[in-house]
Amino acid sequence: MSILVSRSTRVICQGITGKTGLFHSQQCRAYAAECQPGIDVFVGGVTPGKGGTTVDGFPVFDSVHEARQKTGANTSMVFVPPPFCGDAILEAADAGMELIVAITEGIPVMDMIKVKRGLEKSKSRLIGPNCPGVITPGIAKIGIMPGYIHKPGTIGIISKSGTLTYEAAWQLGRVGLGQSTAVGIGGDPINGTNYIDLLEMFQNDPGTEGILIIGEIGGNAEQQAADYIKSHVTKPVAGFIAGQTAPPGKRMGHAGAIISGGGGTAAEKMDALKAASVVVSASPAGMGDAMKQAMSR
Amino acid sequence: MKIHEYQAKQLFRAAGVPVPEGIVAKTPDEVSAAFQKLGGPIAVVKSQIHAGGRGKGQFKEHPEQRGVVLVRSADEARENAKRMLGSTLVTIQTGPEGKQVNTLFVEQGLKIARELYLGIVVDREVGGPVLIMSSEGGMNIEDVAHDTPEKILSEPFDAALGLFPYQARKMAYKLGFDAAAVRAAEKFLPRICRFFVDYDCSMTEINPLVLTDDSQLLALDGKVSFDDNALFRHADVVALRDLSEEDPAEVKAADTGLSYVKLEGNIGCLVNGAGLAMSTMDLIKLHGGEPANFLDVGGGANVDQVTEAFRIILSDRNVKAVLVNIFGGIMKCDTIVDALLIAYEKVGFNVPLVVRLEGTNVQKAREMLEASGRAIITATDLTDAAKKVVASLPA
Repeated sequence: MSILVSRSTRVICQGITGKTGLFHSQQCRAYAAECQPGIDVFVGGVTPGKGGTTVDGFPVFDSVHEARQKTGANTSMVFVPPPFCGDAILEAADAGMELIVAITEGIPVMDMIKVKRGLEKSKSRLIGPNCPGVITPGIAKIGIMPGYIHKPGTIGIISKSGTLTYEAAWQLGRVGLGQSTAVGIGGDPINGTNYIDLLEMFQNDPGTEGILIIGEIGGNAEQQAADYIKSHVTKPVAGFIAGQTAPPGKRMGHAGAIISGGGGTAAEKMDALKAASVVVSASPAGMGDAMKQAMSR
Repeated sequence: MKIHEYQAKQLFRAAGVPVPEGIVAKTPDEVSAAFQKLGGPIAVVKSQIHAGGRGKGQFKEHPEQRGVVLVRSADEARENAKRMLGSTLVTIQTGPEGKQVNTLFVEQGLKIARELYLGIVVDREVGGPVLIMSSEGGMNIEDVAHDTPEKILSEPFDAALGLFPYQARKMAYKLGFDAAAVRAAEKFLPRICRFFVDYDCSMTEINPLVLTDDSQLLALDGKVSFDDNALFRHADVVALRDLSEEDPAEVKAADTGLSYVKLEGNIGCLVNGAGLAMSTMDLIKLHGGEPANFLDVGGGANVDQVTEAFRIILSDRNVKAVLVNIFGGIMKCDTIVDALLIAYEKVGFNVPLVVRLEGTNVQKAREMLEASGRAIITATDLTDAAKKVVASLPA
């Protein structure tokens, strides 16, 4: 079992005719073909104005509506450039995509605010933007993560960061733990899905036995996650927060990674998680061990 | 991106947000002329640097001189300007090195009845902009929020619809405005909120916002920062950028597609991915070292980017050792080692370099490093890397 991505997932890529969109569609298709031989999981793409063409075997459609009708896709992976990405996400929602995974980095905050409002009336779930995507190892990956480092297993990962998630998956592998699903929620201040939604899904997923949450400075989503864990999560949870040495007022790469107004420090997030009985690793090298420790409690 | 107070006020004025009369000046003579043009009897001469706390700030060269001064004559304006222009202003926000003042803003004096606070930010929890006001104008708002949270008023508004007049009145009544001031707020507050959205601001702060004797609201200060990701649609804002206010290495890094932040330590680091880059800094600190920077080379990490990244790191004279931490995913470790070795040759390394690689094709990559014959220290995992780089520092 898993969350978000299952055997019924069928994916199109918005922005498939761009270099990055095509490259990762190919990578995702290859991974899915290995996991589910003989089944087409990545079924096409969308680029307005290029409908009717094909690119490396992927049929290209002018709109998400058309792509959905003709391919039966229920999920969209979005690689549309930042100025147009908010619009592309809303189009996917309007077309009834159940899951929208936005990889694009650099969407204006004001656009994301409008997207959030637009999605309120919709049943679609948005993951990201500015994230590595979602992978259910052994089933499919929707995003830019290297598939082979994620082994099938029972740990759910929720992370704001890409390479740090790979690092975590690697460390989990070294202590013999695989993942049910790993989800990158992204490093932007406004995102589609936050820790709490995913904590709830992992808590309810019979295939998940433990949860690793990877946070960073900025905002208070980790503190809210800690409150939620305290009251709703019975499965073991481990955590790590990046940016213990980050100076206040400086954006650390991610648009959302900034300590402002004295709030959003790594220390307060770590304290909140510890208070919720989460096993918190002070070192990024200790994520795997922290998870193992949480599981053996 | 940040702009100066006088630039913020130009944008405010164009957006229909009232500001006092003011004139930009770059020489003592211009400051004196500005005083005369404003007509006195009093004016305020304000240092234009991006950092806050200017009023209490002191100049390194003239410890008695403040960053913002009230003057009563053209001569007094000129004499203050002589001490301020070209001198280094140190405020609580500049750090001990301070900032050189190149521009002054001369503003008319006002009959102030009340000083208030106004700020607009994006609230992540609400998922939209929120207007924040307080009766405690001129104070550090973080202190007010900490000591007397009941004095902070906040009103979320819809980015597309703007702040409604009833929301402005709600604020005004809570702040105890009289009828004329409420009418002023009904115009002022929706306009400043509209400005925030239209210009893709990440923060707009007016501290103090003043209520005059005749119940007018005016922005006595203006601090605005913009969402860098939205600058593509604001050419007029980009034109206001003052590069002298930014760290040259950070500017150069951004131009190369690197994300770099200078810190105070002596161990430089080069990492792929923002989260892993922050974690690498934390790791160095955990093992007794001090990171000299944050640097994310991104997912690509080609020869040009790695070379430029090394140059930027080594241009910091504090750097006594460098740690490269790469988790190769789609970008394979051997490809990265190719780039590393070329960049290593190009920049001429003069401090110890510790490299930790993990991920795709890592074995091949480690063999390439060994075979290169370069004095590069290889590490097997994160902890090993941190220990080795700290140990490589000169005693």
